[in-house]
Amino acid sequence: MTLPMPDPAAATAGQPVAIAVPRRDRTLRRLLKDPTAVVCLSVLTLIALASAAAPLLTSYDPSASDLADALASPGGSHPLGADGVGRDVLSRLLYGGRTSLLGTALATAIAIAIGVPAGLVAGYLRGWFDGLADWVSNLVMSIPAIILLLVVLATVGQSTYLAMAVFGVLMSPGVFRLVRGSVNAVREELYVDAARVSGLSDTRIVRRHVLPVVQAPVIIQAAQLFGIGILIQAGLEFLGLGSTAEASWGSMLNDAFGNIYTKPLLLLWPGVAIAVTVAAAGLLANALTDVLVGGRAAKPRRHRKAATAAVAGATGTGTPADGTTETAEAADITEAAEAADTAGAALRTGEPVGDELLVVRDLRIAYGGSAVVDGVSLAVRRGEVLGLVGESGSGKSQTAFAVLGLLPPEAHATVGALSFGGTELSASGAEAAGDGMLGRRIAYVPQEPMSNLDPSFRIGTQLSEPMRRHLGLSRAEARKKVLALLDRVGIADPARVYAAYPHQVSGGMAQRVLIAAAVSCDPDLLIADEPTTALDVTVQAEVLDLMRSLQKERDMGMILVTHDFGVVADICDRVAVMQTGRIVESAPAAELFADPRHPYTRMLLASTLEDSEPRRPLTATAASEGVDA
Amino acid sequence: MKTFLARRLLSGVVLVFVISSLTFVLMRLTGTDIARNIVGPTATTQQVAAKEAELGLDRSVVVQYWDWLTAAVRGDFGRSWFSGDTVTSSLTDKLPVTLSIVLGGLLLSAVASVLLGVAAAVRGGLLDRVVQLLAIIGFAVPSFLVALVLALFVAVEWGWLPATGYTPFAVSPSAWFESITLPSISLAVGAVAATAQQVRGAMVDVLRKDYIRTLRSRGLSRRSLLLKHALRNAAPPALTVLGLQFVGLVGGAVVVEKVFGLTGIGSAANSAASSGDSPLLMGVVVVMVTLVVVVNLLLDVAQGWLNPKVRVG
Repeated sequence: MTLPMPDPAAATAGQPVAIAVPRRDRTLRRLLKDPTAVVCLSVLTLIALASAAAPLLTSYDPSASDLADALASPGGSHPLGADGVGRDVLSRLLYGGRTSLLGTALATAIAIAIGVPAGLVAGYLRGWFDGLADWVSNLVMSIPAIILLLVVLATVGQSTYLAMAVFGVLMSPGVFRLVRGSVNAVREELYVDAARVSGLSDTRIVRRHVLPVVQAPVIIQAAQLFGIGILIQAGLEFLGLGSTAEASWGSMLNDAFGNIYTKPLLLLWPGVAIAVTVAAAGLLANALTDVLVGGRAAKPRRHRKAATAAVAGATGTGTPADGTTETAEAADITEAAEAADTAGAALRTGEPVGDELLVVRDLRIAYGGSAVVDGVSLAVRRGEVLGLVGESGSGKSQTAFAVLGLLPPEAHATVGALSFGGTELSASGAEAAGDGMLGRRIAYVPQEPMSNLDPSFRIGTQLSEPMRRHLGLSRAEARKKVLALLDRVGIADPARVYAAYPHQVSGGMAQRVLIAAAVSCDPDLLIADEPTTALDVTVQAEVLDLMRSLQKERDMGMILVTHDFGVVADICDRVAVMQTGRIVESAPAAELFADPRHPYTRMLLASTLEDSEPRRPLTATAASEGVDA
Repeated sequence: MKTFLARRLLSGVVLVFVISSLTFVLMRLTGTDIARNIVGPTATTQQVAAKEAELGLDRSVVVQYWDWLTAAVRGDFGRSWFSGDTVTSSLTDKLPVTLSIVLGGLLLSAVASVLLGVAAAVRGGLLDRVVQLLAIIGFAVPSFLVALVLALFVAVEWGWLPATGYTPFAVSPSAWFESITLPSISLAVGAVAATAQQVRGAMVDVLRKDYIRTLRSRGLSRRSLLLKHALRNAAPPALTVLGLQFVGLVGGAVVVEKVFGLTGIGSAANSAASSGDSPLLMGVVVVMVTLVVVVNLLLDVAQGWLNPKVRVG
């Protein structure tokens, strides 16, 4: 029926293989370290023990009524009082626990006994059984459970355990789907393929490789099902169904409902018993998820940049401090040469004087104490293209995002000075500067075209929204401008692309759309983060040409973040080389290529030139080969 | 999109058929002597036999089922064995009650889940903890217990809203609204707990997406970013959960109607099941399952409308 906890299928289906298959004792030890799990387990154990020991804890018969004691208040001979017909509330609570726990255990066991084998067979062997089982489970999941239980109880008489057995059947599709999903995922794994190729039997593969993966999610779901079972059973008994001979929490609520005006306190005891048991089961399921699936701290889909940054930080020294940490040792190639080189580099650039568009001084970014950008200073003039070059993890993208103000919340940034077009910005970058800065005067072109368009909106809508906001255009004016812009960035059929959704256009076209979006409000500075890396080689050159011509035409300043010296040579006026969070060399592009001074720059150039061999014009290659021959 | 909906519609029809057939078979397997129950313990054997013949119980189960099915397809569900009224008319009277509280509960769940889920995802911190705590409480406390507590305090102790009964909308819209408020809230609590969690999770995921950062880089307003772009992309998984929750909501009506003394489909289900009134119960089952199918079909349409890949793909 209802599954109001975080769906374990959703929590695990994404990466069931990542589920550790720890030895049982280790799992248990980790579980016992989790305070929530310990409390929940203790509560459930206590309730189970109290129910089991009911005859020892109370001398009353749960169904013996003494009308003289009807609705007696707590205290005296009845510690929790007596109900409407004078039965002892405490004894009914204790004995009722037996019915509730046993009935629910039965339902959970049946759901698992049906769901797990069916899920294993359907997921592993697939074929007709998979189709049929999926169809049946869809069907069963749309049945309001309580209605079917009413029918069953009406037919076969008032048996709580039978009702719970049927409920177990109704819950089995949930288990089935979970198991099938996990098996489907692990089935695609290489080690399972390898096992199959090496001739292991199916039963052996299932036992060795598939069952361990299924185990954790099933345990988690069992805890959830247990909670739901308690609820549904209480509901049935509240309706007056189920065995009337035995005490149960639901029938206690039914009795309390009858006396709600005279003795509302009667609602409390069974209500608390139910709520505590169900909450303990639900919280235990959550705690089990943390322990068995690796916890929420390690979110499966972490922020990509943050992850990169964390990796970069880990390779640095990462002294925990206030974000102004030195990562001196990390500059591993030639630390001694560094100071001299940087000074030389600064000399060679001839630091722009007067007409800087963007000035960044002493930018530092840290994630949890480890610095990823460590004292970066740079400047961009109007109409100038600055290439920010370095390996992945060197902090170049982080620098770009810091200027934009789009660092993830867990990043800690400080800056000596940050100014744009004469306006001082805070360490929170352009976004914090309010309307009219980000998107209007500073724009951004991302790396991966397809993941950077909102999949739910038409391209035209996405392009006109900022224009209408920043330039105050009407819908029709914005449309006209967007169509012209799409034409300008080289899209053959602007009207079609305007009306298209992102999934309907190619990657190259999507990148042109993103460039169009960036220049749509006529910005002064364009920050492009590896704008061609994700594209086909043939498309790369076209997109680069487009960016260069737009830059010249509008006299924009531009920061081009890249790892590709080929791109730098094509388009950049000046280059800053970054390594482990610092700028190690900065020079006009032509000088840098002719005379790289820092060993790291030389190393990067050497490796890039090898890579870019095929980029040479065909005639030149042919000529050089001719000479060689 | 059309073929997708056609397939869902077809499986919905199959569902109604399978469940009603199952119910029919179960009801006929019962060992209790229905005719004897109806005419009473003092009746003679002849009277019982006459009643059996009148109800058609002396024929084979297959023939009875075929008769029921052919009539049901035309919208004729027969007459209640106990009251003698036609099932159709008595359910038509009761349907507005159940529809009001169930759809009210669904609407309330949707609105509250979005508000709580978005707030928890965006604000984080204390608010996030509170929403997580509410989710646990909403999961742990059965809807009828919520109903009992609400009835006890809001209705009986404080007298703010009626404790029992239903006023039709046509009689007085405000009284109608008051009469369905508490039942709808009771039904919604569990669904909100589950769906708000889902909205929260989906929002957290979407807000980490690259395209959200790119949209931010264009200087859009926070409202547009959150409520237009992020929520739109977070809605599909939340709708799926809401659809599953609705099944539970319909079932919950059976219990909640009892607490608030409402004579809706749910209480009809309860009394028909306990008395063995087969025609009435069959009618109830068909109506309830149809309700589930229709609402899920509408959610599928919304799903398709939200997802351009399904709509235009």
